[in-house]
Amino acid sequence: MYTQSFSVPDNAGQKNVAAVPSTENPELMAAFDARIDADGRIEPQDWMPEAYRKTLVRQISQHAHSEIVGMLPEGNWISRAPSLKRKAILIAKVQDEGGHGLYLYSAAETLGTSRDQMLEGLHSGKAKYSSIFNYPTLNWADVGVIGWLVDGAAIMNQIPLCRCSYGPYSRAMVRVCKEESFHQRQGYEALLVMMQGTEAQRAMVQDAVNRLWWKCLAMFGPPDADSPNSAQGMRWGIKRISNDELRQKFVDATVPQAKVLGVTLPDPDLKWNEERQHYDYGQIDWQEFWNTVEGNGPCNKERLATRVKAHNDGQWVRDAALAYTRKQQQRAQKEAA
Amino acid sequence: MSAPAEYILHLADNAVVLGQRNAEWCGHGPILEEDIAMGNVSLDYIGQARLLYQLAATRLGGDATEDKLAYFRDETQFRNYTLLELPHNGPLVGYAVSDRDYATTVVRNFLYGALMVLVWDALEKSPDADLAAIAAKSLKEARYHLHHAADWLVRFGDGTEESHRRAQAAVDHLFPYTEEFWTPSVAEDAAVAAGAGVDVRSLRAAWDAIVNETLSEATLVRPQVRGYVPEGKHGRHSEHLGYLLGEMQGLARAHPGATW
Ligand SMILES: [Fe+2]
Ligand SMILES: [Fe+2]
Ligand SMILES: [Fe+2]
Repeated sequence: MYTQSFSVPDNAGQKNVAAVPSTENPELMAAFDARIDADGRIEPQDWMPEAYRKTLVRQISQHAHSEIVGMLPEGNWISRAPSLKRKAILIAKVQDEGGHGLYLYSAAETLGTSRDQMLEGLHSGKAKYSSIFNYPTLNWADVGVIGWLVDGAAIMNQIPLCRCSYGPYSRAMVRVCKEESFHQRQGYEALLVMMQGTEAQRAMVQDAVNRLWWKCLAMFGPPDADSPNSAQGMRWGIKRISNDELRQKFVDATVPQAKVLGVTLPDPDLKWNEERQHYDYGQIDWQEFWNTVEGNGPCNKERLATRVKAHNDGQWVRDAALAYTRKQQQRAQKEAA
Repeated sequence: MSAPAEYILHLADNAVVLGQRNAEWCGHGPILEEDIAMGNVSLDYIGQARLLYQLAATRLGGDATEDKLAYFRDETQFRNYTLLELPHNGPLVGYAVSDRDYATTVVRNFLYGALMVLVWDALEKSPDADLAAIAAKSLKEARYHLHHAADWLVRFGDGTEESHRRAQAAVDHLFPYTEEFWTPSVAEDAAVAAGAGVDVRSLRAAWDAIVNETLSEATLVRPQVRGYVPEGKHGRHSEHLGYLLGEMQGLARAHPGATW
């Protein structure tokens, strides 16, 4: 999903992205530019400038990592889901996110980076993932609110990526977006049921919205003025709509949904602006956002350490599969000889 | 001819408890593909549990529902095999803490999967049409579960030294619990008497054949089993089920009467 990562450099915090001087072959570069200008697709076998390849690998792998780390906050509630129907929906959702990670790692692999390399980046703390997953899930309604708002924000960001210039990524996004929309509707529906339920259930939903609303707004990334990567991304058709525009779209779409639900969005400055024909909203706490991106949010260490532990604990399983395959190949060769 | 609710509850409890256990791997699997596959297995079990509880609720009548049966029955009312409630690790007491061991997970799914392909195959022919329909669906799933677990068991047994050691330890730990499969409970006897169940003893030879063949392909040794026979399906469980149900039922029980 999860879009804030798309505009955050892996060395976030040191916002010093200088333009890479182009040392590429001018003819190939011209053909590439022409295809981008014509809104054509770049495929894995096509020539592409190194900077484009690098930017895509960073963006797609961050997206893949976000899907995988994003399994954890919702996974936290599988064992406690209060009905079997909701348990099944939640398992299926978390599994879908794993599937998204899988397509995205595969899309990035077409650019010549292996999944092991990408995981190494995640596990060493070098590669980023969406910061929204660095907050704890504290009550059952968090699951519904994540579906409604986090998947919802992800969709806002990803719909434009279905037209991204890199073929494998845009095709992965088409499939991912369909499933994210489904997650969003399921999350919203779960919240509707809770809001029609007991006082305690309504309080859970409001509590989850209070904790997650501002974090979701931050998912769209820093304001356009502070977003050094955006211009280049736009030029390459990797990013199509600016952070602030997407954020505004998200707010405008969400306010009426919150009304139907009967929850209050925790922003006293949130109100319709007749002149702009948009909702105005308050100040996002960017200091807190950058703290979390830099690794110092409430759950960064737990999330990352859990991924690392799963990977390390699974080493013997992967080793066994490899050893067995090798033995089988040797046996087949012996038989053939 | 319809199976008694008690028998359907035994089948449902098996499914929900193992589904709950296997879902613990969600987000922690040894490799992403396997994380997704185990999620699938778990989802199948929760799906089976739902259908079975719904059927049991219909037969019980009154205010019984799927969720009342899953969330508001106590430990001693659960009729699942003890095997299925054990945590994913070697023999440890109820309040011990341990890393999860994938070999334990795989061996359990294998031993139980081998039983369930036989049980569902028999129940698919049951004159109890509702149960037969669930059996037909579950049989397809059970075949996949068995296949998936057997594949990994062979890789572990015939993989590395460590994987072989872990797989053998899991087989040694879990095998005695399978003894419970072969002594019919009152509910199983009642289902057979009603002409709608299956005599578990009649499945033993076929189960032995599946298990022995895979163990031998995996170069693993089937342990000698004697002594204590677990009685989970009679409602007498290990120390582990209380913890599992405490976690699973806690939120639902904190809000009795709430709809989710
Ligand atoms: Fe996503
Ligand atoms: Fe996703
Ligand atoms: Fe999603």
